[in-house]
Amino acid sequence: MLIACPYCGPRDLSEFTYQGDANRTRPNPMSNDQSAWNAYVYERVNTAGDHREFWQHSGGCRAHLVVIRSTLTHEIKSVAFARETAK
Amino acid sequence: MSPRRAHNGGRIDRSTTLRFTFDGTAMTGHAGDTLASALLANGISLIGRSFKYHRPRGVFSAGIDEPNALVTVIKGNLREPNVPATQIELYDGLTVESQNRFPSLAFDIGAANGLAGNLFAAGFYYKTFMGPVAGPLKGTRFWMFCEHFIRRAAGLGRAGHEPDTDRYEKMYGFCDVLVVGSGPAGLTAARDAAADGKKVFLAEQEPELGGTLRWKSAAIDGRPADDWVASTLAELAALPNVTLLPRTTVWGYYDDNALGALERVCDHKAHAAIGEPRHRHWTIRAKDVVLATGAFERPIVFPGNDRPGIMLASAAARYATEYGVLPGERIAIFANNDSAYEAALSLKDAGAEIAVIIDVRAGVSVAARELAREAGGELLLGYAVTNTSGARRLREIEVQPFADGKIREGGTRAFVVDCLAVSGGWSPAIHLASQAGHAPQWDEALQAFLPPAPTQRWTGAGAFTGAFSTAAALGDDIAVNEPEIEYDPAPVFEIRPSGRKSAKAFVDLQHDVTASDIRLAHREGFRSVEHLKRYTTLGMATDQGKSSNVPGLAIMAAARGLPISQVGTTRFRPPFSGVSLGALAADRHGHFKPERLTPMHDWHVARGAKMYAAGLWHRPMIYGTGGETVEQAYVREARAVRETVGIVDVSTLGKIAVQGPDAAEFLDRVYTNMFSTLPVNKARYGLMLREEGIAFDDGTTWRLGEHDFLMTTTTANAGKVMQHLEYYLDCVWPELRVHVTSVTDQWAGAAVAGPNARHVLESCVDGTRVDNDALPFMGIVRGEIGGAPVTICRLSFSGELAYEVYCGAGHGQHVWDALMAAGRTFEIVPYGLEALGTLRIEKGHVTGAEIDGRTSPRDLYLDWMLSKKKPYVGSAMVDREGLLAADRIRLVGIVALDDRPLNGGAHIVERLGEEPRGSIGHITAFCFSPALGKYIALAIVKGGKARHGQRAYVSDPVRNRFGPVEIVSHHFFDPEGSRMHG
Amino acid sequence: MAEYSFLSLLRNALSGNEDWKPAWRKPDPRPSYDVIVIGGGGHGLSTAYYLAKEHGITNVAVLEKGYLGSGNVGRNTTIVRSNYLLPDNIRFYEHSMKLWENLSHDLNYNVMFSQRGVLNLAHTPAQMDEHARRGNAMRHEGGDAVLLGREEVARMVPGLDMSASARFPVLGGLLQPRAGTARHDAVAWGYARGADRRGVDILENCEVTGFLREGERVVGVTTTRGEIRAKKVAVAVAGSTGRVMKLAGIDNLPIESHVLQAFVSESLKPLINQVVTFGGGHLYVSQSDKGGLVFGGDLDGYNTYAQRGNLPLVEEVMSELLAMFPNLARVRLLRSWGGVMDMSMDGSPIITPGPLPGMFLNCGWCYGGFKATPASGWCFAHTIARGEAHPLNAAFTLDRFARGILIDEKGQGATPKWH
Repeated sequence: MLIACPYCGPRDLSEFTYQGDANRTRPNPMSNDQSAWNAYVYERVNTAGDHREFWQHSGGCRAHLVVIRSTLTHEIKSVAFARETAK
Repeated sequence: MSPRRAHNGGRIDRSTTLRFTFDGTAMTGHAGDTLASALLANGISLIGRSFKYHRPRGVFSAGIDEPNALVTVIKGNLREPNVPATQIELYDGLTVESQNRFPSLAFDIGAANGLAGNLFAAGFYYKTFMGPVAGPLKGTRFWMFCEHFIRRAAGLGRAGHEPDTDRYEKMYGFCDVLVVGSGPAGLTAARDAAADGKKVFLAEQEPELGGTLRWKSAAIDGRPADDWVASTLAELAALPNVTLLPRTTVWGYYDDNALGALERVCDHKAHAAIGEPRHRHWTIRAKDVVLATGAFERPIVFPGNDRPGIMLASAAARYATEYGVLPGERIAIFANNDSAYEAALSLKDAGAEIAVIIDVRAGVSVAARELAREAGGELLLGYAVTNTSGARRLREIEVQPFADGKIREGGTRAFVVDCLAVSGGWSPAIHLASQAGHAPQWDEALQAFLPPAPTQRWTGAGAFTGAFSTAAALGDDIAVNEPEIEYDPAPVFEIRPSGRKSAKAFVDLQHDVTASDIRLAHREGFRSVEHLKRYTTLGMATDQGKSSNVPGLAIMAAARGLPISQVGTTRFRPPFSGVSLGALAADRHGHFKPERLTPMHDWHVARGAKMYAAGLWHRPMIYGTGGETVEQAYVREARAVRETVGIVDVSTLGKIAVQGPDAAEFLDRVYTNMFSTLPVNKARYGLMLREEGIAFDDGTTWRLGEHDFLMTTTTANAGKVMQHLEYYLDCVWPELRVHVTSVTDQWAGAAVAGPNARHVLESCVDGTRVDNDALPFMGIVRGEIGGAPVTICRLSFSGELAYEVYCGAGHGQHVWDALMAAGRTFEIVPYGLEALGTLRIEKGHVTGAEIDGRTSPRDLYLDWMLSKKKPYVGSAMVDREGLLAADRIRLVGIVALDDRPLNGGAHIVERLGEEPRGSIGHITAFCFSPALGKYIALAIVKGGKARHGQRAYVSDPVRNRFGPVEIVSHHFFDPEGSRMHG
Repeated sequence: MAEYSFLSLLRNALSGNEDWKPAWRKPDPRPSYDVIVIGGGGHGLSTAYYLAKEHGITNVAVLEKGYLGSGNVGRNTTIVRSNYLLPDNIRFYEHSMKLWENLSHDLNYNVMFSQRGVLNLAHTPAQMDEHARRGNAMRHEGGDAVLLGREEVARMVPGLDMSASARFPVLGGLLQPRAGTARHDAVAWGYARGADRRGVDILENCEVTGFLREGERVVGVTTTRGEIRAKKVAVAVAGSTGRVMKLAGIDNLPIESHVLQAFVSESLKPLINQVVTFGGGHLYVSQSDKGGLVFGGDLDGYNTYAQRGNLPLVEEVMSELLAMFPNLARVRLLRSWGGVMDMSMDGSPIITPGPLPGMFLNCGWCYGGFKATPASGWCFAHTIARGEAHPLNAAFTLDRFARGILIDEKGQGATPKWH
């Protein structure tokens, strides 16, 4: 796979670390809604298709990226800085 | 009669004679020979033995698709097994052995298996060897007894136990166009792309570029094909934007046009040049790929089709034309398409006699008839080969009339021949395309699978696309003069005489899968292509079914009464052909993980430290002084810390600079306790949890300025903590103005601990006072040691008065030397991890053995660190019922009551019985405590504190250590902490 | 159907092997069954087998979207072991081991379970202690484990890098002697034949396209071969769990699908007798009866349903293999493939009634699915038949995450790629 880091340019998979599902939203830290926390920490949509996910360019600029990638074909549809798009 | 060198012709260099040995027999060949051609030239036709029945086998192909002629190449004490003789370039001194035979190739007792062939049909082993249900051979024993012999009989070549001393290399290549294959289509594609100014890689698995043009007769642009190849290659070689890669097999097509390729740099040499790797593995990232991988000829399956001397027609032609070798003197041709007629003429031109051309078709093209006439010999249309004979090589074939897919009885004729050249049509080499795309498409006219629609950026060219002629490969602009033959074969894959018991008809030659095995699989319900493959092992041999795949599917399709298009084919997966493991590991082989050494590493080693691997780091375990045991050494070192002063290298601790206006707020969120209240120039111990409320890491964090913190982590978790922090800053709290930087490698650290620690510092630190007022517990000062700037924090892991001294990594040794010099008066002792562990166990401090990813802060009695004033990572889930359960295993201390050493990983039980049962926990760390004079340990035990004062037992069956212990508080020594505050 | 034996083999050989019958029937779907098991892989087939054998429930259909055994049961590295750390896992996998030890007899099908031992190497004193902890945990649950020293390991596994300069010096290892390998496809085929012989319908090329509901309750499925109703619907589809459960409207499970690559070398004469695992990274290797070295390492490490991985992981795995066995550089990789793993959030499985009424769920096998095949089916059959878990799978619930009763074998938390 080739991920187009917005800072460094297109780089090989081996430079990146997968950081998981980016569909989840961390509950309000003051919230004690256990089902919301359970969903955030343990539940995954596990999409078969275009999946929104975090990758860190750990072997490069170390930025976290939000990548939309097909889990069926590995085709990458979009890449953006997580800081700018995180929910 | 036997194969022999032709009197002239071929592209070999007859003026260069090369010596080689085969099974110890000295032979010669010429430069340009492969081992296969050289063996044939020496009259050798028996080269290998098959996998299951140990049948005698000879050369079947002239390329990478070879199933039969596998040998072991020996270089010094290194063995490379299972190399096709067709892939070995001859060099002077080449030494090879045949394989899978005992006692010799000519007489192999394993061939007895063939006598019981029906017993050893596909899947036989699933139906037997279960053994008795009771008695001494019950369970798996009988099977394992039988398996022992099966394993010895199976396998092909023998690999060696010696470490491979050759070098393997890795290379990244980037290009606009990667052309795979250098036949006419590949050369044209490369030339066109190069002319457009593209950066081009042209990869060819064979040693010479040119593909079929090296042995097919065609005139291009009015000159011989090899002239055209030579001038095209010269043109390409002169271009700066073209890289030619001979001996390079593109084997894998991965995501985003990343292709793996193996370059065999010096397999064809007796010795590598200085610095030359044996193999070079390429990862090629190509904007576009042109697949010009050609096609494989496939055989027709018929009884007795495996004798040495029976080979693919194109291979026979290639031996004659390229290598100047006659695979036989009197040759028969058996075909279902026209391409074999070209081969017949090539063989005749090289000096062989064509005895007969047998074609299953009733009629053939004018071009084929013309070729047959020129080649001489009888033309038998509407015939098929139905049997062969000959002990270790082909002597005679039988043919019978054939029509409507069936043998017609009667009319049997026999021909005495020493070679049978067979063509059952052509299969495009779609492997890479299939790896990178959808399912291949069956083409009725060509009777072959064509490449699927691409899912990646590739285009196809030449025979790969099903256009098999040279003219089609070169395109319209180039004039080609070649016979206008029909490549479309008759849909005949198997000749199956009816009525009488016939010889075995092999589909997968290497694995001895026969046509009747395939029908057996069908009969037993293993009918999908994947079941067929898995049940019979069809196509799973080293040649990966390159010649057997389509005939096998065709036989299954016939059995099912379905067209081949509905039976489909298995998906091709990497690699296209075998890739040396050495090349894939390349230079990382043996040391693929970097070793991390602290700035003081050499000093430790010079002082006799026994080093210990902690993750990637190497740390002193003990500093042995002559004749001490490990225990004596660490007890001496730990005692010195308690009694005077010691020094330990703590450079390996993870260090992260946390900086920015919101740094304090950020730390409040990631640590369970409060950091925003920490004054500048003070440090605090912090605990981090995962979101789940499980302990993650701990360490001290120092406030160096209002917005400037230095976080320390455990050595093991430094990378993970860094990634954890970055994740939260980027993905969860992007609003926080904080930057984190790993500075682990930038700082060297030494901890000076013991009652005399302050005196040591006082005598070497300049620019600051270090007394209790200037540097109270958890205080930070900056100064100089030996002229080098240092930051000193007074904190203690050992429970003694202690300081951590940090300086730039480049000053590490200098500062360490200064501290050692200053400590000489106090008999300062360097101590290692064992003493460090001893001191912390006495104090009951936790580390990675207790923070093992499963324990909660309460399990470790660290709940006092859980702030109630603010949320933090983990706060929402730390109170779940499972984390509060009474039977959780929690931290305790253990004292051995039998004065014998304990062991990490030993379990704790309430009582000892016949069998070890009833574990209530385990020991995480142990030592002999010099302070207490006892063997003590930390443990995690069900109930924790509630068991203090109870008698229990250590149960360590894997080390056979059992004995009484007392469960006590984990704070063994100075629980009030008076010593470190002093 | 006839018993398989040496005699039947001999009799059939004499008649040209013309009289063998299909190993299992190819029936058409009936309109309804007592139990539908979705997933014709190892776990689905063993579930059907034990439903029939242990609980007398034979009106059962196994629904497979492709060919039988097309998923992970035929894509793994064939390792069978029960060398776990946590008691819930040890007990479950020990039960599996006991079923394995008699499986060929039980199924009248040689699954070639060979107890050649699994040896986990240790390269640091801390690793030796971890192995001791695990070995002791196994021994305290009645399992078998032996801690070996360096010399014993060297004698047992020739070819290992025991040199002084080794990057990962071998200090010793933990051996489970009863562990070993089995022929993976044979397990699927043996269970299929065994279930079929007891009356279970195995429906291949029968893809589930939806669930039939009456209110909340699941009462059947729609398939590419028509509608099929059932009193109970059990899901055992491993890597496809996300996709199938989505058809029932459940799209938040503690599961991520990841690809794990596996590798086979060309056939060699016997070279490595045990299953050997590397402690300097993550690698396991054994040699098949045919002679190929069978090995694998880490996950590629990203969500995927594609049964193929990428090149960096291939290179990593080979590097680890050669760090252990520097004599293998001249051996060639012959095949590689990928399987889709249903990675759970604590690395342990889920075998439970629910999450909908009428439904039963079996998933979360991570790397461990193959060796679990007998016990998974055995426990799942019990759970389906009785409507509640057996003590052996009582801990493998779906709500353990919310409740914090985790079975985190590796202590890695909710990061599936690390399990």
